[in-house]
Amino acid sequence: MSGMNSWIAVVLYIVLAPIIGGLIAGVDRKISARMQGRFGPPLLQPFYDVFKLMSKENIVVNKHQKFYVLCFLIFVIITGCIFFSGGDLLLAIFALTLGSVFLIIAAYSTYSPYAYIGAEREMLQMMAYEPMVILTIVGMYMVTKSFNVVDIFTYNQPLIYTLPGIFLGFLFILTIKFRKSPFDISMSHHAHQEIVRGVITEFSGKELAYVEIAHWYENVFLLGMVFLFFATNWAIGAAFAVVTYLLEIFIDNNNSRLKWQFALGSAWIVALILGVGNIAVLALK
Amino acid sequence: MSYLPKSPWLVHYDASSCNGCDIEVLACLTPLYDVERFGVLNIGNPKHADIFVVTGSVNEQNKSVIQNIYNQMAEPKVVVAIGACATSGGIFRECYNVQGGVDKVIPVDVYVPGCAARPEAIIDGVVQALGVLEEKYKKMGKVAK
Ligand code: SF4
Repeated sequence: MSGMNSWIAVVLYIVLAPIIGGLIAGVDRKISARMQGRFGPPLLQPFYDVFKLMSKENIVVNKHQKFYVLCFLIFVIITGCIFFSGGDLLLAIFALTLGSVFLIIAAYSTYSPYAYIGAEREMLQMMAYEPMVILTIVGMYMVTKSFNVVDIFTYNQPLIYTLPGIFLGFLFILTIKFRKSPFDISMSHHAHQEIVRGVITEFSGKELAYVEIAHWYENVFLLGMVFLFFATNWAIGAAFAVVTYLLEIFIDNNNSRLKWQFALGSAWIVALILGVGNIAVLALK
Repeated sequence: MSYLPKSPWLVHYDASSCNGCDIEVLACLTPLYDVERFGVLNIGNPKHADIFVVTGSVNEQNKSVIQNIYNQMAEPKVVVAIGACATSGGIFRECYNVQGGVDKVIPVDVYVPGCAARPEAIIDGVVQALGVLEEKYKKMGKVAK
């Protein structure tokens, strides 16, 4: 993309992603409630929650914590900026990983037992999904011969034709990334407590709001990744992104949380079979 | 106006109750009453909560726990005492180890009577607490914002 266009994309992402992400979260809560036979909160509830958190007293365990949480938010935003401006996909993923590392450091910096366990489980989650994320990028590179999102985006054929295994593998780890059951072992987005929300135990007020906003940005980026598999047709790509999210809501409401051993083991097996398998087929062709 | 009344998050503590009131508190979350309609979440973490819901009376053992939870909550915060036990000690009032209602250890904003308090009464109590929450927020704004 030319210079001007990519700047427009960056501005659009920074402004629109939290709005879209928040609305997705609202729809998510509504549909989840309906699946449980409840009426559910208003569509704009996630925004009310974040605005409320902004007006609460700010309690910090130590002052570094604020800095780390802010870095988490900033690097998640940078990830999306790189991605939606058509930049280097590898760089975008590294920025996202760096953001996650900041969240883990933030949790560790509070010296709280629950935050410690949460941080450790968050690391296990990263170990679980990172191989598949890297394989996804490798697969996209092998097909399009480029790491640039622009080139992948404008490739003449939908990537899903050549990367079906990688797409399924990516769907699998999306459950971890969206923090959905059965893999929401460190920071469930439901009103749970203690270990299941370990990472954010010690955050309150503004910091909790930042974590939530970062989650919205991240979700929009991840749906952008889903879109990339169908990039030749906007309508089909968008439809698949919607279907993917609905599927995640369905999975979330129909599964109980599993142990971390299963999350790690299954994610690696999926990466090995679907990811490596798909790449092997590409390499042999 | 703040967004506090639109997104009240609760932390629920069961002091020494018979569990009758606790079941009624949890009944509010079920599909029949579904308090999430009003944005209410039973968040379970004092640092995230706005409303402290206490059931049961205060005794020597849970006194410090109640104070601890209260102190960890971020301003503005309100306390709702639910059931006869939490408001006054209830049927446990005369026990040798019971000190009385929750207001013996922390300031209580809303008292919900009943043994057990009905879910409707609990929801009503929480709604009244929202008014207090908003008032406290305004006062807080004058001191430090
Ligand atoms: S008020 Fe009644 S129902 Fe509630 S905890 Fe006390 S004894 Fe149990």
